Formats: sequence, structure tokens, C-alpha cells
Amino acid sequence: MTVAALGQRRLRRRRVYGSLGTALALLCALLAAGALLAILGYVIVQGAGAINWSFLTALPHPVGVPGGGVGNGILGTVIIIAIATAMAVPIGLLTGIYLALFGRGVIPEALRFLSDVLSGVPSIAIGLFAYAVLVAPLKHFSAVSASFAFMMLMLPLLVRTSEQAIRSVPQTVREGALALGMSNLRATVGIVLPTARPAIITALLLAIARVTGETAPLLFTAFGSQFWETNPNNPMAVLALQVFTYAISPYPNWQAQAWGGALLLIVAVLVLSLGARLMLRRAMQGLES
Amino acid sequence: MSAAVAAERDELLATDELSAYYGDRKAVGDVSIAFTRKAVTALIGPSGCGKTTFLRCLNRIHEVGFDARVEGRVLLDGQDIYAGAVDPMAIRRRIGMVFQRPNPFPTLSILDNTLVCAARGLNRRQRFDCAERALRAAALWDEVKDKLRSSPLRLSGGQQQRLCIARAVAAEPEVLLMDEPTASLDPIATAVIEELMARLADEFTIVAVTHNMQQAARVSDVTAFMLADEAGVGRLVEVDDTARLFTKPGDHRTEDYITGRFG
Amino acid sequence: MVQPRFRRVARFVSPADRGFAAVVYGGSILFALLIIGLFIELVLGSWPSIAAFGPSFIWKSSWDPITSNFGALPMIYGTVVTSLIAIVLAAVIGIMAAVFLADFAPRWLSAPLSFLIELLAAVPSVVYGLWGLFVLAPFVRTAIGPAVQKVLGWTPLFSGPVYGVGLLTAGIILALMIVPTVTAISRDVVAAISRDLREASMALGATKWETATRVVLPAARVGIFGSCVLGLGRALGETIAVTMVIGNRPEISASLFAPSYTLASVIANEFTEATTSIYISALIELGLILFVVSIVVNALARLMIWSVRGST
Ligand SMILES: Nc1ncnc2c1ncn2[C@@H]1O[C@H](COP(=O)(O)OP(=O)(O)O)[C@@H](O)[C@H]1O
Ligand SMILES: [Mg+2]
Repeated sequence: MTVAALGQRRLRRRRVYGSLGTALALLCALLAAGALLAILGYVIVQGAGAINWSFLTALPHPVGVPGGGVGNGILGTVIIIAIATAMAVPIGLLTGIYLALFGRGVIPEALRFLSDVLSGVPSIAIGLFAYAVLVAPLKHFSAVSASFAFMMLMLPLLVRTSEQAIRSVPQTVREGALALGMSNLRATVGIVLPTARPAIITALLLAIARVTGETAPLLFTAFGSQFWETNPNNPMAVLALQVFTYAISPYPNWQAQAWGGALLLIVAVLVLSLGARLMLRRAMQGLES
Repeated sequence: MSAAVAAERDELLATDELSAYYGDRKAVGDVSIAFTRKAVTALIGPSGCGKTTFLRCLNRIHEVGFDARVEGRVLLDGQDIYAGAVDPMAIRRRIGMVFQRPNPFPTLSILDNTLVCAARGLNRRQRFDCAERALRAAALWDEVKDKLRSSPLRLSGGQQQRLCIARAVAAEPEVLLMDEPTASLDPIATAVIEELMARLADEFTIVAVTHNMQQAARVSDVTAFMLADEAGVGRLVEVDDTARLFTKPGDHRTEDYITGRFG
Repeated sequence: MVQPRFRRVARFVSPADRGFAAVVYGGSILFALLIIGLFIELVLGSWPSIAAFGPSFIWKSSWDPITSNFGALPMIYGTVVTSLIAIVLAAVIGIMAAVFLADFAPRWLSAPLSFLIELLAAVPSVVYGLWGLFVLAPFVRTAIGPAVQKVLGWTPLFSGPVYGVGLLTAGIILALMIVPTVTAISRDVVAAISRDLREASMALGATKWETATRVVLPAARVGIFGSCVLGLGRALGETIAVTMVIGNRPEISASLFAPSYTLASVIANEFTEATTSIYISALIELGLILFVVSIVVNALARLMIWSVRGST
């Protein structure tokens, strides 16, 4: 066999390896994307049947009584997230403003580090914190304590994104405002923040999407409820918690409702995530034009 | 300019041994100069000699930058604007500024951009009149009067720059600082703005940075020449009536510069 | 040298700005206090348990609420094993997918695939748990378990009855949950490797595949490793999905098919039912361990990712 032929064979072998490897890589990408489609498809198939008007609007029925819904859980989710947002936005925005305007030195770096730390803390540990601060001292579960936990989960994203969004507003715009004799307050709130608003709202939507499906900290904060509860100081039903409870229950009726609830959750979270993406894209285009 | 000449003139704004720093870097050193009321003073000099930095000290916008510091005095009507009790916001209302690159506020309409720092407490009619006056003063009215509510980002660069002038004018300052206001514009827009500067001088004391000597010769009454020394510190070389400075410069470095021998 | 006499300029002098600065400072301080408070509360809450059991809490394997005798070893074991399964699976799939998306896929394919994989990260944990409980667990019980045991049943790792729920099922669910993290970050890191390097390799006659595996991946290894560690951090603390599919039994068993428990899932399951204060405290101490471990892991991951991307 000639040297040339040997080289030819080796080259062919390397090409085959390359094709196999590429195919394997493609397979992995398809597997990951396919996993989403598999989960999504299964939830839609199983959940669609459970969803009807009374499922969306009724109270849960006791075990053994057919029918019933997650209306109070949907309401509770909205209330708890609304309160969490009301608490997280001011703190997150103010910290973001601080980091953007005074952002050099030891203290801002420490704050950024803390924010990163918080973003990695498991939600169950944050639930324990909410329990220690708002449940144990008051000796009862409450929606507010769940909002507190959600606020902690939303903060890191809000802080980092609002800092970056404010920083990305050209310095010339801020200086233009200050050069007109505006106060820093007016320059920031009236000129810089509106310019940064699309990015901040995107972050807020993503933060809300993140907590919408969050369940672990609710176990010992919101706790759940069988009633239409609107007082944030009381235990409250939450959709994600209902899905969890129904899923691990032994009753087929409840399990079916768990799929229905899961579908609602997925739709809500995907709509929020997609909305955030669209918003960001629009904002980018707005800046370019 | 000798002290005797200076005293004859009516000076609204003056600096006294003004130095500016970025951290430890001294960018402008010990500049003493006076600006005549209702005249156009051009600040010329090669790129990087500290013109922008000096100009930004005059309305206390320099200190907005991180670790940026100022030493010396700036006198507005004889009062030191860097004195302890002075509110920089009040100073910036009296000393307006137009930046090198147009910086209209992207989220405000053309109308709101113009009025953002106009007098308060006006009713709708008065606000509108005020906007019209400012936009006319900036020679922009005819071009935008039909789209006052639209975004300033749709305007051309020259129009945006005139909007920034209108915005500054509407705040009714006494001094108008302009940092190479035509540097990012095409020749036609440049001509419009140069014409505008001459007209604005009827009402305002103007200090305009330019690195374009022809422009300085065209628009200014007085010209100041700055140059960075060996240490990179921007110094004032000489200041004189524009006609004289360009024909009979007092300093050989000025002569070298205006005859194009360096820079 | 004599320091020049600088005039330090106050930037917030007007009353409005003083108020503004005060509010901004106040918000930031509150933010810092919340995070510090989180740590302090966890320490305070676990103090009775720390005082009672000392460091042996970590290596004792009894978890007995009746005699108030608590040790975290079974949960630490369950947490480590499920996370390891998850990270091994997710690393293989995620890195391969990242290489494909960054280097091989045409644009029309890479954009939608990336999009789908990133959406995977948005699926709520409880939905993963539900799917794991009703789809994956039965599949493990009826298909994967018997098939694996036919070949490898003699090893302790795959011995014993297959319930469906257990370490392996939890590991697979966790892998799905962290694949998006590994893929997205690895893809960015791989894409950031300079063109020159690839072209140099191709110019030497390497195939595209050889370039990707022998040149690009090694060059990106620190960032990719960081993405895996970040995924690991998520896996360690994941609660609800794991709680639903791990079987919840505080035992250490060699078999991956055996039910187990993790730090997070024991808190989720038992916290509201814990009656004695030492029981509650022991559960909070599990949370403290989780907190400390996830901080260390996350800090490590971010350091590695930063070191390649440059901090921003
Ligand atoms: N933000 C800054 N930080 C540090 N140094 C700066 C900064 N801005 C300008 N300088 C320095 O100050 C000097 C003067 O700059 P500038 O005032 O912009 O000059 P000009 O406007 O005459 O071109 C330059 O040499 C530059 O290096
Ligand atoms: Mg300049």
C-alpha cells in the first residue's frame, strides 16, 4: 500500500469521525429542544381537558366531590405577585440607580457581589427567611410572607438589569439634563429612567415570570387556603401550590386538575417570557432608529 | 489681552487660575480669561488641548464626571460659582450648554424637549408661545412646527443640534457655552448654525469651542488659543480680538498654529 | 511631591438632590440588609440544632423526629448524587448542543433551537415535577429500570427494586432543568473564541469537527466549566421538582433506583409538620448548609465565567 493511499484512508476516517461527531452534537441539541416540546406537548394534552370556565373561576371542591377549580389560586397568585412587585421594584430600582450613579469603589462592588450571591440562593432557603421574619413572629402563615419571599427572588434580576439599563443611557443625555440646571433627581427620574424603561420593564416581566411558577417557598409562607382569600395577612391559595398538592395527591380527579393548573402556569410563564423578549427587541430597534 | 483692555470691556464671566483634573491627571492648568458680555468668544486649539474640559468647568458640569475636580475660581458677575454655598443647578440655569454631539432627550417630544427647562407656572398658551420663540431663535420653527409632538430622534443631526440650542435658549440663560456645535454636522447644517450663533450673540454671551479656525474667524468677536504643554496640561496661550489674533498673533505658537505649522 | 489642593466637589447639593441621594442610599442599604439578614436569620434559626448536635450533624445518618435525633448525611448524600447525575448528563448534552449551535448549525436552525432550549429554563419547577412524576417515573419503572438491570443489575449501583421515583429519576429531571443554563452560557463562551484560532486550525488541515473538539473547546474550557458549576448550583438547591420524584426516604442506599431525600426536599416536606423546636431548627440548619454550599458554588462559577468573558 502506498503512503498516499494510506493518507487517503486516514483522511476518509477523519471525515467520518467528523460527520459522526456533528451528528451527535445535532442529536444533543435536538434532545434538549425536544425535551421542551415533549413536556409542553404532554402538559397541553393532559391539561387542556381539565380547563373550563368553572376550573378557572370556582373554589376547590373537597375530596370526592367532582368538579371545582383553582379560581382562588389564580387570584392569590396575582395578589401575592402584585405585592411582591410593589416591594421589589422600589428597592431594586433604587439599588440599581445607586450602582449606576455611584458605581465605583468598594461598597458598590460589595453590593454587586451580594446581589449575585442572592441570585444563587435556593428559593427554599429564601422561604425559610420569610418564615423567620414574617411567619414565626406573628404565629400565622400569610400571603405577605410569600410576597416577601418572592420579592427576594425578584431583586437580583431587577438590581442588575436596572443598573445596566441606566448605564446604557448615554452619559451625554444625563449631562444634557444636568447642564440645563436640572437636579439629579429630575435628570434621573425624568430623563434617564424613561430612556431606560423598556429594559427595566423587560427585567420586571422576567422576574415576574420567574416567581409565577415558584412553589417551594410558598409551602410555609402562603400555605394555601380553601377560600376566596383577599386579606394578605391571611394564608392564601396559590396556583403553583395547588398544582403541587394536587399532583402528589392520590386522587385522579385532583391529578387531572394538577395538569390543568400546570398548563395555566406554563402559558402564563411563556407569555411573560415571550413578552419580555419582544419588548426588548422593540426597545433595541427603537434605539437603532 | 492686557488688564487695561479687560477692564474697559463689560465682562460677564471670567476665570481666575482655573485648573481642572481627571483624578490625578491635570487636563487644564491655571487659565485666567474674561468673556465679554454679548460677544462670541471662540476657543481654538488642537485636539486634546483641554478646550472641552475648560468649557465644562464654566457651568460646573465638569464635576459630574467620576473623580473630576476643579481648582481656582470662575466669576459670574463677580461672584465665584465654586464658592461653598452656591447651588450648581442655579449656575447651570444661568449658563446654558450645547454639546458636541446633539443630545436631545429621546423619550420626550420635540415640544417637551424645548420646554423641559423653560420657566415654570406657565399656562398652555404661554408654554406654546415660549416654545415657538425658542424654536424660532434656534431657526428650527419652520421645520418642526407641524410635528411638535413627534420624537426628536426623527430629526436630522443639524435639526437635533438646533433643538438642543432651542432647549438651552428656552431656559433663558445669560451665557451659552457651545462645544464644537457643528463638529458632527454637514456643511449646510454648519452654515445654518454659524449664522445662528451670530444672531444669538445679540442676546447671549457665547463661548464656543471650535477646532476649525475658519469658523472661529467667521463667527467670533474674540478668540482664545489654547495649547497643551509638555506635561499635557492645557494652557491658555493668548486671547485677543479675532481680527487681530488671526492677522497679528502675539505669540509664535499661535502663529504656528494658525498658519498650519502644527496641530 | 506636594499634593495639589483639590476642591472636592459635592455632587448632590440642592435639597431635592440631598433627599434623592438619601432615598437612593436608603434603598441600597435596605437591599444589603435583606441579604445579610437572610444569612443571620438562617444562623439564628439553626442555632439550637448547631448547639445540640455540633458538627456531627453533617455526618450522622439518623433522621428521627421521634427521638429528636438528627443528622444530615442521608440528605447530603441524596443531594450530591442527584446533582452529580444531573451535571454529568447536562454537561454532555449541553456542551455538545452548544458546540453545534455555535459552530455547526446554520442560522435558520440555530436561532429556533437556541430559543426552544432557553424556553426550557422558563418552565416552572412544579411542572417539571408533575411531568417527572407521571411520565418519567413510570418510564423509569417499566422501561429504563428493567433494561438497565438486565445488563448491570449485578452492580450495587443498579440493584434493588425499581420504584420509578428515586435518585436516578430526580437526577434526570434536574438535568433537564439545568441543560439550558449549560447550553446558553457554553454557547456564548464558544462563540466568543476568536475566528483566528479556528482559521489557524483549519489552515493546518484539521476538519471542522477536529477544530471544534481539539482547539475551540479546550480554549473555552474555563468558561464551559463555569457554566457547568453554575448549573450544579441550581441543581443543588432545586426543591419542588425533586421533592416530587425522589421518593422522600432518609436512607443511604447504593442503588440509583432507590428512593432518597435531598436537603431541599426534606425542608419542603417536613417543615410545616415539624412540631418540636429542635426539629424545626434542624431543618433550618439544612437550609443553612444549602445556603452556604450554593454561595460557594455560585461564586466559583461566576469567577470562572468572568475570567473568560471579562467582568461587566
Ligand atoms: N473623562 C476623562 N478622563 C480622563 N481624562 C480625560 C477625560 N476627558 C478628557 N481627558 C483628557 O483631558 C485632555 C483634554 O481633553 P478635552 O478637554 O476633551 O480636549 P479637547 O476638547 O481640546 O479636544 C485630553 O488629553 C484627555 O486625555
Ligand atoms: Mg473637545
